[in-house]
Amino acid sequence: MLLPFFEWCEATALGLAVRESVWLFPAIEAVHLLGLCLLGGALLIVDLRMLGTGLTRTPVALLARQARPWLVAGVVTMLATGVLLFLSEAIKCYYSQAFWVKMTTLPAALIFTFAVRERVAARSHVAGAPVAATGALSIALWVIVAAAGRWIGFS
Amino acid sequence: MAEQPWSIGLRESLFVWPLLELAHVLVLMLFVGTAAMLDLRLLGVTFRSVPASEFTGRLLPWTRASFALMAITGLLLFYSSPVRYYQNIFFRAKVVLLVAAGLNIWWFHSRVHQRVHAWDLTMPPPRAARLAAVLSLVAWTGVVVTGRMVAYSWFDCGLQPQSAFVNWAAGCVVPPVPEP
Repeated sequence: MLLPFFEWCEATALGLAVRESVWLFPAIEAVHLLGLCLLGGALLIVDLRMLGTGLTRTPVALLARQARPWLVAGVVTMLATGVLLFLSEAIKCYYSQAFWVKMTTLPAALIFTFAVRERVAARSHVAGAPVAATGALSIALWVIVAAAGRWIGFS
Repeated sequence: MAEQPWSIGLRESLFVWPLLELAHVLVLMLFVGTAAMLDLRLLGVTFRSVPASEFTGRLLPWTRASFALMAITGLLLFYSSPVRYYQNIFFRAKVVLLVAAGLNIWWFHSRVHQRVHAWDLTMPPPRAARLAAVLSLVAWTGVVVTGRMVAYSWFDCGLQPQSAFVNWAAGCVVPPVPEP
């Protein structure tokens, strides 16, 4: 049902440009990876704190507030480069299970991070099980997204 | 090394090699991620109210532990195709950058960090700390980029002709071109 849309994506000028260039795909991939590092750092520094380790002398709320712009920068970098990589091989993605795992967990991770985790972090002067669970779930969701993303390349 | 059964096993395995590669990438989030957060703090651009010593004391253990995992998975990946990586120009650049990053860490800890309590909350942090942070960010960015490029074979010794620089940097043994 969605295949025509994926075929259209693959035929876009952007997709074509990335596919036909020798170095564009690897270069975008490298930036995608750097975005992952930034996202990982800004995310884990808060998640680890929520789990009661790392920068434990700093309040979760402060850490989350300061990490947020870097987290957003990481997410934006990954989305921008990710779309380009996708356009260049949309039909391959359509037939990749890993791609669909990623496309279901990514929105879940984004919504969880910016709707749920952000609220929990802002109010967590009280540490405890719900805060720790939020941190753990955040790590789990993003690890699935990252792992599925890497696996697209192996299929 | 490439002839050893474990190397062949790794190289030809359907799942172990991708799983090692996957682990290498996932731990990258933790390793470069936490290192980058420390660098941003040393630059004084974020987490300004958190003492620098709290970063180096409580976050750095995570960076160190994740580096150990990066090294283990990385060495195993290298062991799967040692000859190919040894003559890969990106792999060689990555090793040089890793050494540079290591020297920077050594310099930071043996000199700048010794007096951390004197500038724990000073804004902006001392010039030396900021310099170490910039060098670290540049070096690790280079390591990530060259690491990713190791997978591409544009400059492989087997694909001649290559420029003299590539053949020198990758250590290619090129048979002399026969006289016409």
